[in-house]
Amino acid sequence: MLSFVLRRIGVMILTAFALTFIVFYMTNLPPNLEKLAKSEASVRMDDAAVASWLEENGHTGPVLMRYGEWLGALPGWTRTNEDGKITGRCIIEGQDPATAPSHCGILQGNWGYSTVFKAPVTEVLARSLGATGWLMLWVMIVMVPSSLLLGVLSGMREGSRTDRVLSTFAITTTATPEYVSGVILIALLASATAGISPILAEAGWIEGKTLFPGTATSAMEDITFWNFFLPVMTIALYGIGYIARMTRASMTEVMTQQYIRTARLKGVSFREVVMKHALRNALIAPFTVIMLQFPWLLNGVVIVETLFNYKGFGWTLVQAAGNNDIDTLLACSVVAVFVVLVTQLISDIGYVFLNPRIRLA
Amino acid sequence: MSDTTWDPSKPILEIENLSISFFTRLREIPAVMDFSCTVMAGEAMGLVGESGCGKSTVALAVMRDLGKNGRIVGGSIKFKGRDLTHMTEEELRHIRGSEIAMIYQEPMASLNPAMKIGAQLAEVPMIHQGMAKDEAWKLARQIVADVRLPDPDRIVNAYPHQLSGGQQQRIVIAMALMSKPALLILDEPTTALDVTVEAGIVDLVKDLGKKYGTSMLFISHNLGLVLDVCDRLCVMYSGEAVETGNVEEVFDNMRHPYTQALFRSIPLPGADKNSRPLVAIPGNFPLPHERPPGCNFGPRCSYFVEGRCNAQDIPMVDVPDAHRHETRCLRSAEIDWAKPAVAGKTAEKAEIGRVVLKLDDLKKYYSVGSSAFGGGMKKVVKANETLSFEAREGETLAIVGESGCGKSTFAKVLMGLETATSGQIMLFDENVQSTPIQMRDTGTISKLQMVFQNPFDTLNPSSTVGRQIIRALEIFDYGKSDAERETRMLELLDLVKLPRAFADRMPRQLSGGQKQRVGIARAFAGGAKVVVADEPVSALDVSVQAAVTDLLMDIQRKNKTTLLFISHDLSIVRYLSDRVMVMYLGHVVEMGTTDQVFSPPYHPYTEALLSAVPIADTRVQKQRIVLEGDIPSAVNPPPGCPFQTRCRWKSQVPGGLCDREIPPVRMLEGGHQIKCHLPDEVLAKMEPVIKIAAE
Repeated sequence: MLSFVLRRIGVMILTAFALTFIVFYMTNLPPNLEKLAKSEASVRMDDAAVASWLEENGHTGPVLMRYGEWLGALPGWTRTNEDGKITGRCIIEGQDPATAPSHCGILQGNWGYSTVFKAPVTEVLARSLGATGWLMLWVMIVMVPSSLLLGVLSGMREGSRTDRVLSTFAITTTATPEYVSGVILIALLASATAGISPILAEAGWIEGKTLFPGTATSAMEDITFWNFFLPVMTIALYGIGYIARMTRASMTEVMTQQYIRTARLKGVSFREVVMKHALRNALIAPFTVIMLQFPWLLNGVVIVETLFNYKGFGWTLVQAAGNNDIDTLLACSVVAVFVVLVTQLISDIGYVFLNPRIRLA
Repeated sequence: MSDTTWDPSKPILEIENLSISFFTRLREIPAVMDFSCTVMAGEAMGLVGESGCGKSTVALAVMRDLGKNGRIVGGSIKFKGRDLTHMTEEELRHIRGSEIAMIYQEPMASLNPAMKIGAQLAEVPMIHQGMAKDEAWKLARQIVADVRLPDPDRIVNAYPHQLSGGQQQRIVIAMALMSKPALLILDEPTTALDVTVEAGIVDLVKDLGKKYGTSMLFISHNLGLVLDVCDRLCVMYSGEAVETGNVEEVFDNMRHPYTQALFRSIPLPGADKNSRPLVAIPGNFPLPHERPPGCNFGPRCSYFVEGRCNAQDIPMVDVPDAHRHETRCLRSAEIDWAKPAVAGKTAEKAEIGRVVLKLDDLKKYYSVGSSAFGGGMKKVVKANETLSFEAREGETLAIVGESGCGKSTFAKVLMGLETATSGQIMLFDENVQSTPIQMRDTGTISKLQMVFQNPFDTLNPSSTVGRQIIRALEIFDYGKSDAERETRMLELLDLVKLPRAFADRMPRQLSGGQKQRVGIARAFAGGAKVVVADEPVSALDVSVQAAVTDLLMDIQRKNKTTLLFISHDLSIVRYLSDRVMVMYLGHVVEMGTTDQVFSPPYHPYTEALLSAVPIADTRVQKQRIVLEGDIPSAVNPPPGCPFQTRCRWKSQVPGGLCDREIPPVRMLEGGHQIKCHLPDEVLAKMEPVIKIAAE
């Protein structure tokens, strides 16, 4: 078991290197760097000035070397100006070059400086990940139990009325992307002119003009049912449909297995057949799907956070991408890669525990 | 929980005029029509028939578990006098598992993979008797010991996948016995198991039946097994019972043409491919919605009379001078049942020619990781150990052994799907042991072909039969033009006795036997000289088996093909092979001509194998040898003789030689080889396992 986990972690690290290198390469393409130079120094620089700015700030040289520096595996660049002043990647303005560390990349905890937020990337990232973490937690709390319940209920009697109603619901939600369902939810529940809010307001059942607020900005300080309901539901609805379909497929398959017939012909009641015999076997497949939903949530988070102006990871990513904030973008990609790979590892290990047939020696 | 109003002298199960239909969108498909049978207390009733005859449907109807589409459309099923057909789900639930229990065909599939054995067993008394959990687990442990499983404490805490197939089936039996049911339904309980394991299970079932006085409904397609287990028997054909009676009466004085035809198509001792060939039943099983009018068996029956047999529905009639013996035949009184079968065309024995295939000291080892994800210690599986033999032109060499003995590995090495670890394979004058199939030239490939076990999976479902044969011809570089290949394809269809119109059919439109014929046509497309037939008939019904084996023999005679016939079915091996090679755990333990292998002296394993094969002949007396335990794992074979863990002769070898040394190959007279330490005088004293009593 330990060796399996270690091997998986090894593969993970390799994958992480490969993926971050690709992102690094893309964000450090010459046009991006040129844009960076112009936004950092002066918009009206000519090509020669851009080149020399890039040279001075260590953006030239082989891309592998720059990647190594960013990673912290290679020593940061240093250069001496004409006036004898030593600057370098690891030398903070005004620091004595002799005391500065030789390596300063993400391995040393130096994630760079965000040009958009005017703060160290670590700080920006910590804040936004915290916010997104809460969002994800509530999405999972809503999504997982309800989707499993839906899936099991519709899968235990394939083709029944319950199955058809629940399946229709699941297909509808999973066929509606977040940017559509989000807009619909806002129009329906959070608009002062459309949906049910005007009716409720007229009847005097709600205090404000809308049932739910249209933004989730206030949830940054204090999460309440009212300010969090819409973003959570927007993300969860999609996942509910998807996981419910997977669970249903797995459940219907399990219900046709011979051991279910064995149980039934042992005299086990239908309820017990479902609970004791079918459920565990039926959950093996959706478990992997649920774990795969984590990375997918990151995707949904980008849209929903922008839509509801919730300053989490997705919102930060959009800002960084829109403003050529290379360090932040790179950091976001590292986080994303990490999330994907860790959830994969958890799903593989969890699978082993659910399925006694693949117990590790 | 026995019903107090029920009188034990009355039948336990009484099925009267039962009709079952399956309803599809298109039509109603009658699966079982007008079926009646009674099972008395303590009686074992056998239901026999080919696949699709409705025997399993009857069993499921007794359990009232026909699924959404199945419905009982007429008749009654009385269990202890209460009609099951009108019971509510709740009432049924109390009967299922407690009074009627069922044992299934595939033990692995019928155990819940995610629950411990003990939990699955203990559930039964917990539901039906409200037993406390501890007590139920204790009972489970005791019943596990009752079904003769070693180390019950470990087994109740194991998961199903940790047990072997035979052990799993014992667990399924244990589960059925947990609440001492009055009726046990066994649906092909041993079909998925090896013969020696099967013999153990059959013994167990018989003993338990006696011990608990349980009545049994035993469903099987294997007549020999039914003779072994049952008191009474009901032969089914196409949804109807065609003959019922005591086992001995039906076996010795059959009164229905189908029963007779069935017996004539199975290889019993005495049948011989040249002088007394099997008589296959002509035609095919009718589809449920295309049954003929009158007698269902009519179109295939040699006693058929136009205007009489197909005029009206045929009722069951009593056979005179017999005990509860009934038949569904109008002409049962007129037919001369004792008349021997019109012997089919007898054939000349094919001449055995030069050596075409020679194996010398062939070894195939696999190295496997110890855990599911690889890594850890590498282990070596010795799938084939020192295989040496030769096969001649026109000869049939049978390779016999149970699963895991290495016979399929050998076939793979020979075909080039794997390469040998060491040793030599000479095909004609060519060394092929280390040439994988993609490196072999078309000549070699077309000379050496294979017929596969499962005809259902080996044909491409989306390509016509003709196209698939032509494709084989293209690969073998046969012919110069498409037209030439087309002609050859039609000739091949003639060769395997399929109508030429079949060239345009899709595989799904063919029956199992017809598919296997296509498989054979494809194998012989390039004029194969050596054909490996890997259990070519084991997936087919008995009546079709005879026809397909006959076909293989015919083609062999015509083409002088060398046939390597891999099988676990000793009856058919005895029928068609010239020489037999018995394998156990990768070793050839015995080799010789068919007569040498089937008569003493035996290798102890051959002896047990012969004894385990059920034979559908009341005259045969068998010595009962039941092997204990399972085949050892090839990853961890026992030291010394591979068979020593299960050998009953081991004590006769002095000095514990069996524990220490792998026996050498010994030559007995007539080129009979045996790999055993037993001294000559012990071998000489061995008695034949199968004796045919004088008539």
